[in-house]
Amino acid sequence: MCKAQRWSCFWILSFLCLFFSGCGEDSETVKITFIGPLTGGVSAGGLGGRNSADLAISLRNQAPDTKYKYELVSLDDECKPNIGVQVATKAAANKDIVAGVTHYCSAVAMGTVDVYHKFNLPVIVWGAVLPDITYGNDYLEIHRINGTMINQNTVAAEFMRSQNFSKWAVIHDTTDYGKGHFKYFQSALSKSEGTILATFGVNPDQQDFTAELTKIKALNPEVIYFGGLAPTGVRIRAQMDKLGMTQVFQGTSGIVSDAFIDGVGGLAEGVLAFREGAPTEKLPGGKMFMEAYEARNFNEPAEAYGAFAFAATNLIIDVIEQVGPDRMLIRDELNATQGHQSIVGPVTFDDHGQNTIAVITKYVVQDGEWVVWEDSEYASGKRFLK
Amino acid sequence: MDLGFIAQYFVNGLVQGITYALVAVGFTLFFGVLDVIKFSHGDVLMLGAFTALALFLGLDQLASPAWLSLIIMLCIGILAMGLLGALLCKFLVLPLKESPPLNTLLITLMFGSVIRESVRLFFPNGSNPKPFPALLPEASINWGNLNLRLDSVILISTGALAIVVTHLIIQKTRIGLAIRAVAQDEETARLMGIDFKKTVLATFALGSGLAALSGISTGLYYQEINFSMGLMLGVIGFSAAVVGGLGSIYGAIVGGLLFAFLQTLGAIWFSVPAYKDVFAFAVIIILMAWRPTGLLADRSAERV
Repeated sequence: MCKAQRWSCFWILSFLCLFFSGCGEDSETVKITFIGPLTGGVSAGGLGGRNSADLAISLRNQAPDTKYKYELVSLDDECKPNIGVQVATKAAANKDIVAGVTHYCSAVAMGTVDVYHKFNLPVIVWGAVLPDITYGNDYLEIHRINGTMINQNTVAAEFMRSQNFSKWAVIHDTTDYGKGHFKYFQSALSKSEGTILATFGVNPDQQDFTAELTKIKALNPEVIYFGGLAPTGVRIRAQMDKLGMTQVFQGTSGIVSDAFIDGVGGLAEGVLAFREGAPTEKLPGGKMFMEAYEARNFNEPAEAYGAFAFAATNLIIDVIEQVGPDRMLIRDELNATQGHQSIVGPVTFDDHGQNTIAVITKYVVQDGEWVVWEDSEYASGKRFLK
Repeated sequence: MDLGFIAQYFVNGLVQGITYALVAVGFTLFFGVLDVIKFSHGDVLMLGAFTALALFLGLDQLASPAWLSLIIMLCIGILAMGLLGALLCKFLVLPLKESPPLNTLLITLMFGSVIRESVRLFFPNGSNPKPFPALLPEASINWGNLNLRLDSVILISTGALAIVVTHLIIQKTRIGLAIRAVAQDEETARLMGIDFKKTVLATFALGSGLAALSGISTGLYYQEINFSMGLMLGVIGFSAAVVGGLGSIYGAIVGGLLFAFLQTLGAIWFSVPAYKDVFAFAVIIILMAWRPTGLLADRSAERV
């Protein structure tokens, strides 16, 4: 190679190096993980959350003043604790992932908090409601944007008593989620002088509930309280009808989904449930979120907790924009969150990383839709809970 | 306790018991002719239900009336699983006839996993529970505290009829005579001119067809099916067949009904219904210890 050729090569290589390193600085890719149930019985909620997180990422990537290019790494926990721990470990062990929007199922979230703490991966829980996820540990990495089941059940007990119901039979699944709901509902009901006639802890995979329901039928309660998720709720509500049972069916946030109504069809009419936070369309940024979500033409609806996943992803991105893609810096910045404006309202994390949401919304199924109680014909007296 | 509630428990148990009995009859037929345990039986049941669901979705597009859809689903579902059972026997079970029984047990277990995971992976959204259409009449009659639904009556009657027809096939037809002959003594049956292979294939087709009927009945009753539904039904059906006496159709019926009523009793007695399976299986263990060859065994059974 002659001297002129050597110099040519040198200048070409130098130019290429400068060009590509420059590109890297402008669009450094930052990875955020989303973990939720993307398959299985409660996948409707998980897919809605995943789409919402994806929407937050894509909107931010389109914004001109964004410092980084964001990428969502979606993982499926199947709403199973053992699978959840596997995928949480996979995400936490990946150094490119700097934060996570994690878990719809409480039992899974309970199993994974130790993993996130061990790997110093800051996460924001977007759907799981068991109080112990944030209050059962002192981990700085764990935050939650949605509320807990304590307030949910307090409001549920007070509301149902105000409707003059006094006798309940309880069916709850034996996961942390179901047991937690039962515990807090029982506690709230004892303060308002309601009576629980019988309690049944059931396996979430159980298919036949006719024996339990026949036993409940003999006790003749006014309300059947169900602490669990939509698939089990669908089976119980459908089998109540097979036994000619007309008691009011009261659920928790776990059944506030289109999947429940689709599963039981007309039998969903008059079913009650409670969920923390306001309905998406009534949230401060709910209208914008719904319009943006519809514009993306996702195959699945956002479901009840989609807005929380969107807000959690946005909060993480805001923090990364401030402190950079560093796990420890993100963690500390998240812990200092005070009054951060989001589509679910201002977010303030307490010393356990729990957002202090006090609003609980009461829902009733009316004509195949979850309707806020106050807006329903049941509240106005046109229809009656049976 | 009120008589109406007792009757309600009885009806609930009967619906479940018939389902279990249909599965148990399959196990007992396979063991009777070939002394094999086909551990993919529960998954064949599940595949039968999914086949029927796929047929329904297709027929629904053609605006087929519900009764016609149901008949087509039952016929094709049962025939398809019968064919699958015969093919499984021909290509996986018979070639291993001279090998240790453990090999057959393992290969059917693995085949069951293949069926299960294939449905999970290849059926659209196969890992999610699937709503099954309510194609049976939903009328009900109330007698005191008993609510008797027409769909329950139809499912109990259909299951009982299927078992009676199976019994008649075994007792009154030439193929049934061949099945009984092979079950009693394979060598002598061959010497008497019975086509051993054809007899065994027919038995596997019959048992697998019954599994498909059981799967479709489960879907019609609970209006939901999922890819793992065959696991528990397979274990319960096998336990029912063993406790009743492997090789005895009457034993399978008794075992199936016994298991369902034990579950019902467990649900009544224990405040945590999850214990009902623990209770039912514990009683089955005690019964097996007491009568190792089964309650109604008509031949000596091998321990498995």
